Amino acid sequence: MDEHHHDHDHDHEHSELSEMDLRVRALETVLTQKGYIDPAALDVLIDTYQTKIGPRNGARVVARAWVDPAFRDWLLRDASAAIASLGYRGRQGEHMVAVPNTATRHNMVVCTLCSCYPWPVLGLPPTWYKSAPYRSRAVKDPRGVLADFGVSLPEPTEIRVWDSTAEVRYLVIPQRPAGTDALSEEQLAALVTRDSMIGTGLALAPASA
Amino acid sequence: MTYASHADLGGQPGHGSVQPEPEGELFHAAWEPRALALTLAMGAAGSWNIDMSRSARETLPDYAALSYYQVWLAALEKLLAERRLVSADELRAGRALHPPAPVPRVLAADAVAAALAKGSPTQRPAIAPARFATGQKVRTRADPAPHHSRLPGYAHNKRGVIEHVHGAHVFADAHAQGLGEQPQWLYTVVFDGTELWGADAAPGLKVAIDAWEPYLEAAP
Repeated sequence: MDEHHHDHDHDHEHSELSEMDLRVRALETVLTQKGYIDPAALDVLIDTYQTKIGPRNGARVVARAWVDPAFRDWLLRDASAAIASLGYRGRQGEHMVAVPNTATRHNMVVCTLCSCYPWPVLGLPPTWYKSAPYRSRAVKDPRGVLADFGVSLPEPTEIRVWDSTAEVRYLVIPQRPAGTDALSEEQLAALVTRDSMIGTGLALAPASA
Repeated sequence: MTYASHADLGGQPGHGSVQPEPEGELFHAAWEPRALALTLAMGAAGSWNIDMSRSARETLPDYAALSYYQVWLAALEKLLAERRLVSADELRAGRALHPPAPVPRVLAADAVAAALAKGSPTQRPAIAPARFATGQKVRTRADPAPHHSRLPGYAHNKRGVIEHVHGAHVFADAHAQGLGEQPQWLYTVVFDGTELWGADAAPGLKVAIDAWEPYLEAAP
């Protein structure tokens, strides 16, 4: 469904977007005039997810788990509390579970029914996560999905797909790349991509960071 | 009356390949963040709950033809109209024409950070003991539910194993219908790929879902 815009030529797309702009503006005006919303709250909401809450939060969780075994144990036992200790909590992350990748198991997270995603640690979901191709294929052909991201895993690896069907939200803990013993926690966090925490990617090798 | 969700996509063929995007790319048009914020602000107003929102989205007849935030906007308009908070002539006019109806709360700008940090936890005290324990074999419900439900189609009538007991959580099926929270035990159930997709399932595939107790029966 997210391919919608790409199906149209440029002029049509332009007029369609204008129509959507007008429709959203009309709704915002009506809701404001009726006193249901504070328009300043809209700006705060947008700014929060554009500048404050995003995948760098999750990257810091992962980096901490890589360097601190006690934190990693806590994260795997009670992810909500361990993540909250770093200041990340709340909407769409009320009940967190962290799932670690190992040499024998790769985890991938999807929401086949809508777009459930751990907002406090990853921010808003990317368009592909909400799209029909990802939601339809992740649970059946995860290796094909990984190939779309340029990732291939050794054949015997178990692929565990987590379909977020309730209010539990999943964060993948990617494997720590080799050759990173000397890196600081901050340098390690820079290797942790959003996709590696969804399970459609791997953490970056240090040279490519 | 039958209930038709157009959002139950797991395993559906023919949707093509996934188009990866860079990390910072969140919106593709100027109206999208406004539609997101309007949805969040009206959700915080408390005239409906998140399960009612999901139900409103998945039952949009043109769901498959709409972009993600078009789905959100259409569902928001539907929820507002159903509750007589906004009427069609007002949307056409782009201004309020009728007196407002009461809403439980208005989310103020200075309350946003606290509201987001608080979230809406769904765990509740259990009113009965859990029927299932970790390691137990279960079979999922076979029949489609005649209302909003969170058991994906591909996981109907399948054998799996309870891997985790999450405690009792607000039951989405009841909550979406306005029947209250009716907390039910929530379990992580794991299925082998072959159970879901047959012998030619992807090698090494296991799929986990979170399923409320009414979705499950004990299996031999």
